[in-house]
Amino acid sequence: MSLRTPLGRQLGLGSAHEGVHHWILQRATAVALVLLTIWFVLSIVRLPLADHAAITAWIAHGVNPVLLILLLVAAAWHSKLGVQVVIEDYVHGKHAKIALLLVSSFIHVLIAATAVLAVLRIAMRSVG
Amino acid sequence: MRPRPMSPHASVYRFQYTMIGSLTHRMTGVGMSVGLLVLVAWLAAAAGGADAYAGTTAVLSSLVFKVLLALWLLAFCYHLFNGIRHLAWDLIYGFERREARRSFRMVVAAALILFAALAWLLFCRGGAAP
Repeated sequence: MSLRTPLGRQLGLGSAHEGVHHWILQRATAVALVLLTIWFVLSIVRLPLADHAAITAWIAHGVNPVLLILLLVAAAWHSKLGVQVVIEDYVHGKHAKIALLLVSSFIHVLIAATAVLAVLRIAMRSVG
Repeated sequence: MRPRPMSPHASVYRFQYTMIGSLTHRMTGVGMSVGLLVLVAWLAAAAGGADAYAGTTAVLSSLVFKVLLALWLLAFCYHLFNGIRHLAWDLIYGFERREARRSFRMVVAAALILFAALAWLLFCRGGAAP
């Protein structure tokens, strides 16, 4: 028998005042990243990394820009959720916690936006 | 409202070596979050043109960054396999103490093997080295 009220169970909110949304997103991005990171790492270790033309050609080739954008957005998202948990667990001052969570969120959005723009610029240039 | 009990209560547990696996998962995760900044800087440099890219790869092929790249690669290998172990737990699989200890050893072994293979491809076959 559960001691939780029906309303509490329906809302799905635990002591962190947040439901299963964070938990599910962390797992969903994890599953995506298993596939995307294996593809990326196996590709990148075989490329001539000092060769700018070869690297940009690979980034722009076929489905690579799509997979790269998915990888970087999923990675930034998964990272944001993971760092959030670490901050929530180890930073105990309320103000410091909120400040760090904000900084982390901003940096992660910045990372995702910068990455998507970079991949698009490389992919578009090769088209035009 | 009175303060509620907060997780994690790390200090109330007797030490078991599988704890190292859990802690390492967090540390490798945070480490790769920092690595993500470098990955995006590298992509932005590639988008910025050949000159910007040459400058960035010069920095990335310095000894400090080669060591960091190796550590990030190792962190990736561990976090990947231990993450799969976590996903198996989420499906309520492998929770028994014997299974959890065995899967931890398997994760460490698989991570080291994958790291050796990737590091060989990256550093010995001429990827990151200019």
